Amino acid sequence: MTVHSFQEHFDDLIDREVTIEPKDWMPDDYRKTLIRQISQHAHSEIVGMLPEGNWITRAPSLRRKAVLLAKVQDEAGHGLYLYSAAETLGVTRDALYDQLHTGKAKYSSIFNYPTLTWADMGAIGWLVDGAAIMNQVPLCRTSYGPYARAMVRVCKEESFHQRQGFEIMLTLSKGTEIQKKMAQDAFNRWWWPSLMMFGPPDAESPHTEQSVRWRIKRLTNDELRQKFVDVTVEQAKVLGLEVPDKDLKWNEERGHFDFGVINWEEFWNVVKGNGPCNKQRLETRKAAWENGQWVRDAAMAHAEKRKARKETAKAA
Amino acid sequence: MNSTKKLDYTLRLADGALILGHRLGEWCGHGPILEQDIALTNTALDHLGRARSLYQYAAEQFNLLPADDKKNAFTSVAIQNLISAGASVDEDDLAYLRDGWDFRNELLLEQPNIDWAYTAARSFFYDTFNYFFFTQLLRSKDESLSAIAEKSLKEVTYHMRWSSEWVVRLGDGTDESHTRMQQAVNELWMYTGELFSMSETDTTLLKEGIGADLAAIKPLWMERVRSVLDEATISIPVDAWMQHGGREGRHSEHLGYILAELQFMQRAYPGMEW
Repeated sequence: MTVHSFQEHFDDLIDREVTIEPKDWMPDDYRKTLIRQISQHAHSEIVGMLPEGNWITRAPSLRRKAVLLAKVQDEAGHGLYLYSAAETLGVTRDALYDQLHTGKAKYSSIFNYPTLTWADMGAIGWLVDGAAIMNQVPLCRTSYGPYARAMVRVCKEESFHQRQGFEIMLTLSKGTEIQKKMAQDAFNRWWWPSLMMFGPPDAESPHTEQSVRWRIKRLTNDELRQKFVDVTVEQAKVLGLEVPDKDLKWNEERGHFDFGVINWEEFWNVVKGNGPCNKQRLETRKAAWENGQWVRDAAMAHAEKRKARKETAKAA
Repeated sequence: MNSTKKLDYTLRLADGALILGHRLGEWCGHGPILEQDIALTNTALDHLGRARSLYQYAAEQFNLLPADDKKNAFTSVAIQNLISAGASVDEDDLAYLRDGWDFRNELLLEQPNIDWAYTAARSFFYDTFNYFFFTQLLRSKDESLSAIAEKSLKEVTYHMRWSSEWVVRLGDGTDESHTRMQQAVNELWMYTGELFSMSETDTTLLKEGIGADLAAIKPLWMERVRSVLDEATISIPVDAWMQHGGREGRHSEHLGYILAELQFMQRAYPGMEW
């Protein structure tokens, strides 16, 4: 087949909604876009362990402590599946780590905000995982097989996380005045950054059109954001919390909630590295990696020694 | 049967599980290898789960104590207030409202993580102890303790395999990892003696067929530890002084900071449901 016919075959698979598998021919841009998107997602899981990990030692009850630990562990698991999915595209996990550590690769900006109170564990589960699910559910049907399969598992666990985050918020909202205040304060701080998680408006999203065509993306940023607002506003009512947006109102004609203007200047600044915790998060990840170098070296050296001993024993 | 002694015993096991689980949980998100981060968190969760079962059982015992025994059990203002109000205590009250002098965990378990070698060595000493301890506790006449032992033994067998493997890998890895593992073993060794010292509580409960015979565990522990350390090319410190005190509530300075963090929410926002 010529490159031209390879391309035709690929386009045909995409059009027929057949999954692309690692050994199939794929355009370079498709591969690059996927590596970028999957690794960004993997990095987000790994960096995302930190803001919640911040409360593992301070969780208010034994049950909450265990659930939080298990949740952060799930995120490590998601990172693992996603790095593995990215590896099927011909890039190593170490190379991807290197891109993260040198600032070449991005991760979800939301994790550059600090977790200041216990209620943040609720708000992150409810809003951040909620937004992540909106983004990710369509990816269970994405065109690249290993990614789609990883996402099926990720989404199952994320929806559990979202429910448990909501449950933390519900407990707080049914609690004392102080607990309600704590819940509202967390909602106020996480609401807008959660809306930003869907990315820039469609008009300014450079990759959207091509990605939708490739089924790497299935709905646009603005479509997903609207869906999230509509669902979350109803949930906030159940919690008795006030959405921190004075422009929020139901639009009968559109059948959706209208909402206020997102502070994109803040968004781009956090993306650029000026968020409250960008430096801290990256340094923590780098430190974990660098401080672990001797451990990884030792594990390799020991494995080599074992192999050599086995071979010597066999030869004897 | 002396119920305060059994409560003391149950709490010692619970405190040990909680404190080590807490320490291992500190690694979550900071491990040297993603797969190992996940594995260590699993272990932390096992310890926490065991702590919960034990605290629940301890709370059950505490709530049945006569009023005077309840009053004298812990020096904790918050727990005294609960008793005065006629309330019962639960797993969280025991974990979050007692101060260090009422914690009964061994000193070994509160030692800081420092690095992967210390973490592996600390777990290795304790996991190996737990393996033989819970094997004995299976036969306890106390059904709750025996049931907890049964569940724990499955987990602890895996923990022991994991930590033994890391002791060997680091001991017989690179020069650097060998030096670090040897140092960890040297420095933690003095905390291993406490695991086997038989207090009055241990003696009484052993007689009643409830507790384990720690003196009998010691040679088994020593044999297993020696064999793993041999394989790891790590030498065992000789004539080392053994530190004691944790089981009597005389802890190292580390425990106060663990509790300050662990109990922060319950202390800053008392009496709320989370």
